[in-house]
Amino acid sequence: MNRQRVRAIVFWSTVVLSLLLMLLPLPQSVMAFKPYWPALVLIYWALESNDVVSLGVAFAIGLGADVIDGILLGEQALRLTVLVFIVLRFRARLRFFPMWQQALAVLALLANDRIIDLILRSFAGYPLPPLSFAAAPLVGAVVWPFLFLLLDDVRARLRAHEA
Amino acid sequence: MTLTRDGGSLFSANMAGTLRLIVYLAIASVLMVLDHRGHWMGKVRYGAAIVVEPLYHLAGLPASGFRAARVAFADRRKLTEENKQLRVDLLLANARLNHMAAVSRQNKRLKKLLDTRRQLGMNVQLARVIDIDLGAFSHRLTLNTGAHQGVKVGQVVIDAHGIMGQVTQVLPGTCTVMLITDPDHAIPVTDTRTGLRTVAHGSHESGQLSLTTIPVSADVRVGDKLVSSGLGGRFPPGFPVATITHVEPQLSGMFLTARAKPSADMQRADEVLLLRDLAPPVGPPAPASVDGPPRALAPDAVGSSSTSARRSR
Repeated sequence: MNRQRVRAIVFWSTVVLSLLLMLLPLPQSVMAFKPYWPALVLIYWALESNDVVSLGVAFAIGLGADVIDGILLGEQALRLTVLVFIVLRFRARLRFFPMWQQALAVLALLANDRIIDLILRSFAGYPLPPLSFAAAPLVGAVVWPFLFLLLDDVRARLRAHEA
Repeated sequence: MTLTRDGGSLFSANMAGTLRLIVYLAIASVLMVLDHRGHWMGKVRYGAAIVVEPLYHLAGLPASGFRAARVAFADRRKLTEENKQLRVDLLLANARLNHMAAVSRQNKRLKKLLDTRRQLGMNVQLARVIDIDLGAFSHRLTLNTGAHQGVKVGQVVIDAHGIMGQVTQVLPGTCTVMLITDPDHAIPVTDTRTGLRTVAHGSHESGQLSLTTIPVSADVRVGDKLVSSGLGGRFPPGFPVATITHVEPQLSGMFLTARAKPSADMQRADEVLLLRDLAPPVGPPAPASVDGPPRALAPDAVGSSSTSARRSR
């Protein structure tokens, strides 16, 4: 029970941190390369533990992200739900990929997320984003190994504390 | 074995998962459509302001912290250089401002002069004062126009307020003006209030005119305006000359003596007008003609009202 609670605290703090990172104001030139942090964090948690991230949780986080920083209410909710659904579907295989393959998979996931975003935007009639829109998934894939190792380390330390 | 079991459990889980996905996608789509139609987003954000605003501040912290750090740890030398540069800029700007103020004052003066010129409808020539000699015995100006510019001896010099003097000496490029305050100078004048004709001499006290031949019975008061009478043919009639400042009987008791302050701005004028070729008057001129600088330029309103009273008479 205690362990569960600690894990929940860690999970939600990483989620909030990712939302903050998403909001982080950056110079306009760097803005396009900002990875989609909530997606990366959700991928990590979906891969690592079976029961922390469900579709409902992803949907709720997406709604929160929409309220904080979104164009349409429900847009990020939809994107994150789809993302988590795919990760959960291929979880058994993704978990045991070597790091570089995992990074490639993350790249594919983020690219797919971008495509969904594009479709939603064009449905809503918003102007299409510039070409640098495509750079963020690449950055996200590059960042992925480091994020993975960092979060793994945090979890390992917490477990060591408990033990 | 494990694979099949895994696959089996996956299949049943997949169905449920897909169903849930479809439900969530539907909810999200409905939300998006509603938001797109009704623009709820702003309202939702407004409602969640208590949660959302601190988040914005929190997210903005790194940026503001970075900015503050950059100011705090800014290079000292750079700051000094910037300070020096700013000082130089300030000096330059101040100098430029002063120059602009001077130019603006000059512009105002020139405009006044031009006004006089237009209202007179006379043939005049603008000249600059290049040398001032206001001693006790000779009150003279040197102007930057001379014979080459068509200046002749005897031309009258005025400024925006009245008669200043006359040209006494002409050189090719310059000319010398004897001011009406020169002790050797005399100008026939008329009192605008009474029409009394008399002569105003330059005075040994600088910047003053003295009137020494006023009959005791004449009505002369402090504040009376004197204009040129045009007698003698040298000065055109009707130009302001001076204002009486002081009246007293002479020791002999036969005349009154008056002192007057010239209307023209002797001390300050540095652009003046030269009147050109005025025809000598024929017969006795009218005591006060309608000619003259605009009344707005008269030194004070009392004088101008007395002038108009005289005219209406």
